[in-house]
Amino acid sequence: MTITITQILFWILSVAALFSALMVITSKNPVHSVLWLIATFFSISGHYILLSAQFLAVVNIIVYAGAIMVLFLFVIMLMNLNRETEPQKNRWIKMAGAIAGGCLLLVLVASLKNVESASTIEDVKGGDVGFIKRLGKELFSTYVVPFEISSILFLSAMVGAVVIGKKE
Amino acid sequence: MHLLVIDWWLILEKSLLIFGIIGLSFFIAMYTTYAERKVAAWLQDRRGPNRAGPFGIFQPLADGGKLFFKEEIIPLASNKPLFILGPALAMITALLTSTVIPWATPFITKGGDVIAMQVADVDMGILLVFSIVSVGVYGIMIGGWASNNKFSLMAAIRGASQMVSYELPMGLALIAVLFMTGSLKMSEIVGNQIENGWHIIYQPLGFIIFFVCALAECNRTPFDLPEAENELNFGYHQEYSSMKLGFYLFAEYINMFISSAVMATLYFGGYDIPFVNEASWGLNSFWMTVISFSVLMAKISFFLFVFLWIRWTIPRFRYDQLMNLGWKKLIPLALLNMIITAAVILLLKK
Repeated sequence: MTITITQILFWILSVAALFSALMVITSKNPVHSVLWLIATFFSISGHYILLSAQFLAVVNIIVYAGAIMVLFLFVIMLMNLNRETEPQKNRWIKMAGAIAGGCLLLVLVASLKNVESASTIEDVKGGDVGFIKRLGKELFSTYVVPFEISSILFLSAMVGAVVIGKKE
Repeated sequence: MHLLVIDWWLILEKSLLIFGIIGLSFFIAMYTTYAERKVAAWLQDRRGPNRAGPFGIFQPLADGGKLFFKEEIIPLASNKPLFILGPALAMITALLTSTVIPWATPFITKGGDVIAMQVADVDMGILLVFSIVSVGVYGIMIGGWASNNKFSLMAAIRGASQMVSYELPMGLALIAVLFMTGSLKMSEIVGNQIENGWHIIYQPLGFIIFFVCALAECNRTPFDLPEAENELNFGYHQEYSSMKLGFYLFAEYINMFISSAVMATLYFGGYDIPFVNEASWGLNSFWMTVISFSVLMAKISFFLFVFLWIRWTIPRFRYDQLMNLGWKKLIPLALLNMIITAAVILLLKK
């Protein structure tokens, strides 16, 4: 059996992603959680690069790790959340959360079980699917309607945020 | 078992390049601190550092030595792992941005192998720089928060909101350049400028917006609110001492160096030699590489000087002025610049 660099990287990234995702939910300090979440985003970006989706990887870092997580950190730092001030949740609510999350995991695993992975991975590796030229052409030809609709959705969200912000 | 088919020559070549660039970044950052003090002295009609060595050129070494030997204090009430992570992150992100910059014309060996003077010419090119810059905020935020000091936290939040705000007009100004090149690759951006003239000719407004944003991203005057001494004591690195403080200060100078390199590459032709057709000289590849590299360094030095010049000329903005400038003036201007560029390109294509 030959081990390629891609496989080694895949295992390293998977372990990193799972470990940091676990740390997100087990850290006591919310600031630590946010930082572990950023680490998770980075390892997922690494997976995108392995799938030759470079654009997605970089945008994932710019938008999620670089912008949204900064806002998360802002809020958490300013509110100064810590263990003492955090309201203790009911045990039943915790259990309900765990069961709901478990159901979601089950559905995801079940839906991915029958995916034909080998052939699609070969397809992805050979092509330049994730490269920006190809992606741009696809987005603005085949998927132009959903693309424009989602951009209008973003615009309306922005206008909404401004309106709410202006209200005294 | 067949383990890891790796092109060891490539690894060696790239590692040499990486170490070279990192060494260069440190060297330039060191001497920018010296230049900063000399330029300040010159503008204020003083002499500046002149004790360590001739003209004080060993001053940065003395400063570095001093920082190394100072007592290292980690405040008891701080969050220790994050307190150490902050300056490390600031340094890592500052050094990472240099990966995609093409430093010189490719060097062609006698065997005909082409060695690119660039660590990685990835398809994403300039977007990679942006992603690293956007992550650079964390060095400041984590350091400021982990110090457990109200002034540090205020400064960290100021710095982060400033950097997030100024990334937007920076990106919008960049889009106009990308319209003209049609590629995100840094090598192609430079190639396009060698063929069709520098982008500064076509994008003067875009360059000014980019430059202002670069000042803000590097936390330089007039946007150095995170370090406003008279309102925030010393800013986000107030609790830091010894080489951790040194890392923060050094990271700022490395950021200046890299952003100068990015500006030179995006708008001033990168390593292109102005007004001449260097291909007709018939020099061998080694000398072409050396000359083009020195040309790029000259452009970078000029930008570094402008950074210093501005610092000792323009006073600091107020915080609301900073936000107004970013959101209400630069973003509309950058949008306008982008739309006009797009329209002109479409018209010319027809």
